[in-house]
Amino acid sequence: MNFDAIGEALPSFVEGLQVTAILLAASLSLGLVAAIPLALARRSPRAWLSKPVWLFTYVIRGTPMLVQLFLLYYGLAQFEVVRDSAAWPWLSSAWFCAIAAFAINTCAYTTEILAGALETTPAGEIEAARALGMSPALAMRRILLPSALRRAIPAYSNEAIMMLQGTSLASIVTLLDLTGAAREMNSVTYLPFEAFLTAAAFYLALTFVLVSLFHLAERRWLSHLAPRR
Amino acid sequence: MARPLALLAFLLTLALPGAAADWKRIRIGVEGAYPPFSELAPDGTLHGFDIDIARALCTELKAECQLVQSPFDGMIPGLQAKKFDAIVASMSITDERRKAVDFTVRYYNSPSRFVARKGANLGVTPAGLKGKKIGVQRATIHDRYVTDLYKGSQVVRYTKQDEVFLDLASGRIDTTLVDSVAASFGFLKVPAGKDFEFTGPAFEDPKYFGWGSGIAVRKADTDLRAKLDGAIAAIRANGTYKRIQDKYFDFDIYGKAPAP
Repeated sequence: MNFDAIGEALPSFVEGLQVTAILLAASLSLGLVAAIPLALARRSPRAWLSKPVWLFTYVIRGTPMLVQLFLLYYGLAQFEVVRDSAAWPWLSSAWFCAIAAFAINTCAYTTEILAGALETTPAGEIEAARALGMSPALAMRRILLPSALRRAIPAYSNEAIMMLQGTSLASIVTLLDLTGAAREMNSVTYLPFEAFLTAAAFYLALTFVLVSLFHLAERRWLSHLAPRR
Repeated sequence: MARPLALLAFLLTLALPGAAADWKRIRIGVEGAYPPFSELAPDGTLHGFDIDIARALCTELKAECQLVQSPFDGMIPGLQAKKFDAIVASMSITDERRKAVDFTVRYYNSPSRFVARKGANLGVTPAGLKGKKIGVQRATIHDRYVTDLYKGSQVVRYTKQDEVFLDLASGRIDTTLVDSVAASFGFLKVPAGKDFEFTGPAFEDPKYFGWGSGIAVRKADTDLRAKLDGAIAAIRANGTYKRIQDKYFDFDIYGKAPAP
């Protein structure tokens, strides 16, 4: 183990950590915000609402995120129409493409997680809402959605951790995230073990933070489902 | 009782270093994404000047050639991890790389130049490219050169030169510093590169650009290096080199040795 080389590369890993954290925070929050209405639409009895969402999650979950990122970053840039369009200043940015690809990907998975949680709402909760005379919209807002969001936390924490590992793809569209920093270090020092082990340690630390945050969230919002003491 | 012993014996043979290599089989690291030197045909076979040279050297040494594809930034680590025994990947012989690996004599030499959009009128000095985005392939001599000297520019690094050309064509980067032959064949002569041209002079500072492209081997394998040196001289002398060169280029790719 060459600790000197790791020490020398540490500042670029810290910068990489920031890039990874921003990519993760941006894609998770955008994905979650978009997933809530999509999950409602997915569970709608109206086919024109639910089918397009079904198709969206099917296509996104049916293709690798790497392929989606390549399509968005290199694929779209191939067309002159795209390069001349008003969206080009956005699409030409590696940051925008990476966040967009990651957000769309996590949005599809989160939609399915939330839709599943909505589906498995205990019948008693719905009956109680009806018995109190709540309209379907009010029951959705007051009972079904809050209940589903709470019960989705454990599955969603998995998705968040998978997304953290997924952000490592950003280095192939020139962003210097943690993996990018490791590749840089490897290309300069020819020490792949030290380079990627350092990156792994940073990812592990980030995962630990994520797990702790979700643990707190579960204690706060899921305590009613915990066994009574 | 016999079985654990046999297993132990088997594991020991795995752990022991192989018998003194007679180099009847040489595993060669190649890139496969650097036309016209090394590229992957649609049917999955490897083609190009590097590939033909590697095969010709193996034939000369009466050795079996096993080509192993690897990204360029993983070449030297891959060599040291014994994924392959030699690198034939248009790798420039530089003092910096010599700290990690040994090189044969060169097997070709071509200068590096900047490529930019026609009429962009970029000055290619560090001052002229201040604030501009320069794309380079990671871990190459071009990466080292612009990283060290073009401090005012934004250096964007890619795994493959193909990707640099894609982003140059789409306008995400302003210019790239690249081997002139790779630029000419891989970009300027294909439709995607029709609006682009070389700009500025050829760069040949040996401190960064080295002494031409050579074959890298592990420092311990001095016998392999000597064999490959001999084989390069042999194919230069017997016409094989010329035949391979004429397949790809209408000029002398062997080039001159840069002034030390």
